[in-house]
Amino acid sequence: MSDPKKLPAEERARLYWQENQRLIIILLAIWFVVSYVPVLFVNQLNNIVIAGFPLGYYMGSQGSLVVFVIQIFYYAYAMNKLDQKYGLSDRDR
Amino acid sequence: MSVSSSSAQSVFRNKMARYYGYFTIGFLLIATIMLLLEIFAGLPTQIIGWVFLLLTMGLYATIGILSRTKAIDEYYVAGRNVPAVFNGMATGADWMSAASFISMAGTLFLIGYDGLAYIMGWTGGYVLLALLFAPYLRKFGQYTIPDFVGARFGGNTARVVAAICAIVVSLTYVTAQVVGVGLIMQRFVGVDFRLGVVLGLSGVLVCSFLGGMKAVTWTQVAQYIILIVAYMIPVTFLSLQLTGFPIPQLAYGQALQNIVRLEQEQGLSKSSESPVVPGKFITSGYIPPFNEGMNNASARDAVGQINKQFGASLTPPPAQAIPDAKRPELGDWRGTPWNFLALMACLMLGTAGLPHILIRFYTVPSVKESRMSVGWSLFFIFLLYFTAPAYAAFSRWNILENVVGLSVKELPAWTEQWGRNGLIAIRDFETINGVAVGKEPAWVKNLVTAGSVTINDANGNGVIDLGTFAKVDEKTGSAGEISGTAVTEGSVDGIVQFAEIGRPIGPGIDADLVVLSAPDIAGLPFTIGALLAAGGLAAALSTADGLLVVIASAIAHDIYFRTINPKASLQTRMMLGKSMIVVAAAMAALLALPRLALIAQMVAWAFSMAAATFFPIVLFGIFWRRANGPGAIAGMIGGLVVTVFYMAMNYWNPAFNVLGITHLGSGIFGLPVAVILCVVVSLATKAPPKEIMELVDNLRNPITDDETMAKYGSTSLPTH
Repeated sequence: MSDPKKLPAEERARLYWQENQRLIIILLAIWFVVSYVPVLFVNQLNNIVIAGFPLGYYMGSQGSLVVFVIQIFYYAYAMNKLDQKYGLSDRDR
Repeated sequence: MSVSSSSAQSVFRNKMARYYGYFTIGFLLIATIMLLLEIFAGLPTQIIGWVFLLLTMGLYATIGILSRTKAIDEYYVAGRNVPAVFNGMATGADWMSAASFISMAGTLFLIGYDGLAYIMGWTGGYVLLALLFAPYLRKFGQYTIPDFVGARFGGNTARVVAAICAIVVSLTYVTAQVVGVGLIMQRFVGVDFRLGVVLGLSGVLVCSFLGGMKAVTWTQVAQYIILIVAYMIPVTFLSLQLTGFPIPQLAYGQALQNIVRLEQEQGLSKSSESPVVPGKFITSGYIPPFNEGMNNASARDAVGQINKQFGASLTPPPAQAIPDAKRPELGDWRGTPWNFLALMACLMLGTAGLPHILIRFYTVPSVKESRMSVGWSLFFIFLLYFTAPAYAAFSRWNILENVVGLSVKELPAWTEQWGRNGLIAIRDFETINGVAVGKEPAWVKNLVTAGSVTINDANGNGVIDLGTFAKVDEKTGSAGEISGTAVTEGSVDGIVQFAEIGRPIGPGIDADLVVLSAPDIAGLPFTIGALLAAGGLAAALSTADGLLVVIASAIAHDIYFRTINPKASLQTRMMLGKSMIVVAAAMAALLALPRLALIAQMVAWAFSMAAATFFPIVLFGIFWRRANGPGAIAGMIGGLVVTVFYMAMNYWNPAFNVLGITHLGSGIFGLPVAVILCVVVSLATKAPPKEIMELVDNLRNPITDDETMAKYGSTSLPTH
């Protein structure tokens, strides 16, 4: 595979943006699944109790929050790698 | 970026980390000294309250004076050299207001699962901010959000509309903060509400006037540290005391189990037939979602309570609901999953569209740092939001276990103390046995006014005599010298029931009680209570600070410099910026003093409006090159009109609704309209000119040269 850094600038920008968009869509799908979907099934989830926490309640009060925090840090990490791959990180100025 | 500037950055970061490390240790040390003085030297509580107040306000003023600046870059965007972690703390303090700090746990206590829409809504928005907005706004790198709207959609019309929106949203928001400051001062230092407002605002001004965003940012970092320490200490002790485990965020599962058990034992969670829809069975309780189990009176009251304390604007059901099977929404107030989801969506999208949060991401050094910075922001916010449900659950458990079922003669001392502050009232008639006529507590007076209780001092001895307790005369419906529909066997038996725990007006405790009473329930000294007040004050002041900067820059930068007089000198711009901060603070004070109920509702509506205007327009600006000026203007106006229309219709007449969604979630209808209008009008009109397409391409590229960006007015990027 050719080095993405050596591609013409326009092609590089296009591929970089494509990969970024794909990452955004995946992360948004996870975001939606942990925050919106459990609300619709909260009664069923509440029948599962872990360490005293009914799961439906837990997803709203803590579970989804933990996922949100991890997602944002992951995005920052993944984008730094993507910047490097396409020669678009601060070092490549 | 050259190696030297990046190592200069890390030197700066380490230096600030050291300063704030010393600051945290010093703050804890002073708190410990106060604690010891209170325990061993009996320092009066009044003095402790003043020491904490003066100490923290003095600290904020000192940071403000040290950060004074004449550079426009530092004044509006803190010189763009705030490291990601510190910007995260500043954003956390900026975001978390007095309502988050003091009232959120109480709202969870009152409405159980349904309150979690706020917890998820106000954190989930940061994911959108991180993925969709922050890196690109940083890349754009100017001063304000109207700057972005104006540059991307080519014109002063869009810029001015955006500036006006930013002013309206921020001014209502800041007013609510100023009210919060006044209340905290009143409660803990004992000064008059108006004096509290003036004292608090002068604290805000000392900080933001001289140093603008730079001073605000570094003050907010200190305020974050104070507020998070203050929030964690009482709940940790509460957890240790109730469960024997000092990590409340993990231990409150036990509290939830006990709540479920106690609600069952006390008959609070039993299924009952809906009074509104025959044949439909409903359950109430803390864990089950979308409760409609509240009866009309307590539902009305709980809704009013939430609105007042939380800045929400839920519609209370009409009084004396007439059961109507065809129109269930007219009867008991009830949540629906759709209402929950709509509210949550509006809070998330609105969070990502609020100007005072968006501008925080202009202050970091690079696109890379901006991505990390959103992560830190949510992490620091998360620490508090992750803990609020624990506060609520411990408090509910404590009340069900240790207050309900007691005789009114043996109530814990904290109920009496906070009863005097009007946050809780035990509404069993035995509490007025032997009380002088005319000296009844407020809740009895209300019942008398409502006509459901009559007091008749039959034996003329000047005090109310209940006769034999727990005995209501069946013929006259009276117990001793009181009579009326509110008098029942249960209401005079001298035993506290859950339904009897209310406030002076109406059932349902005051939402502020949960957090404020925690130190007393855990038996902690007054110093911890004063620390909590300092934390609440920090939360309110830091949010007010950030909002004043937004208002000042919208007027001085967007409307004056960018639109009216682009030739204005740097000096004029600085002077105008500073004077606008004073003007904005004065306006906030004038709006806060009458304490209008409408203000709190407008704050909640701001989320829906931001969700239907700023959110879609900024999103299209970055992600759809073809979006143009006419499309953006049509989208903003259309989104706003539909949102306001649904809001107004549902507010005046709750029968007007779709899927039971209240006016709180009205942005969910405005958003699609804004999206459709923006797409259709953009496609029907000319594509944006070449240089705007170039601007979008450059936004998406994390390192394109700064000269290209500077063409769009970004004159202040750091040189590399």
